[in-house]
Amino acid sequence: MHAVNSPATLTAVRPRLTWFTFASPANFYRLAGVLGPVCGLVAALGWFLNARMAFIFARAIAPTGALFTVLALWTGSLWGRPTWGTWWVWDARLTSELILLFLYLGYMALVAAIDDTRRADKAGALLAIVGVVNVPVIYFSVVWWNTLHQGSSLTMGKEQHMASTMLVAMLLLTLACWAYAFAVVFVRAQAIVLEREGDTAWARALVAASNQG
Amino acid sequence: MQWHSLSEFIDMGGRGGFVWGAYGTLALLMLAEPLLARWRHRAARVAIAERMADEEAARAAGGRP
Repeated sequence: MHAVNSPATLTAVRPRLTWFTFASPANFYRLAGVLGPVCGLVAALGWFLNARMAFIFARAIAPTGALFTVLALWTGSLWGRPTWGTWWVWDARLTSELILLFLYLGYMALVAAIDDTRRADKAGALLAIVGVVNVPVIYFSVVWWNTLHQGSSLTMGKEQHMASTMLVAMLLLTLACWAYAFAVVFVRAQAIVLEREGDTAWARALVAASNQG
Repeated sequence: MQWHSLSEFIDMGGRGGFVWGAYGTLALLMLAEPLLARWRHRAARVAIAERMADEEAARAAGGRP
């Protein structure tokens, strides 16, 4: 045990752990889990306030949420193979995360299938609002059901058990992923606005200006 | 540097499959998604420009505004 904690071993182990954690499944799972409620929240705003921009943002968020859910499941599977000895188990956390993916995909399919924009927005919003119920289930799944997945390794307000280099690397990636998510969601939201408001004077002026420039 | 050879770097202490698999997928998806979003943005702008051009042509053919 002493050898493990000697400074020489620590420096040898730490960089590897840093690389290891940098693209950790937990990061993507967390992002996907937060984007879900955000999608549901803006959908609810659209529903109750009849705000068009809120519906647009709900639509813009869903593909990015699905992307991070896929990343969480896929990297988790790559990690689970050597660690748990299996690619996949019907464990509570994994299964609820898979349901989240299906909710994202279901939302996207539903919204795409209805031609009337307003009706599509409202139907999608309802699904998103109901789907948010799944998110606390995912979060507490490791507490409620004692299946294969370990408990959370990062808890607010508690002393951290994680090596500081790992923690820093993880926070850095979390930040980078958030910045990425914001950027791509805004681009998609802009595209949807242009698709819908193509007949307005400002949209035409914008396109005319960008074509001249 | 903590790695003494390229193969050691690729192996990542036995975790190479996870590390490179995760990075590879992350890079691939984070490249693909912004491209798709930009294409959609451009397609929307092109559609508006085409509609404007069509209306312009119709106006010219009609002779009067």
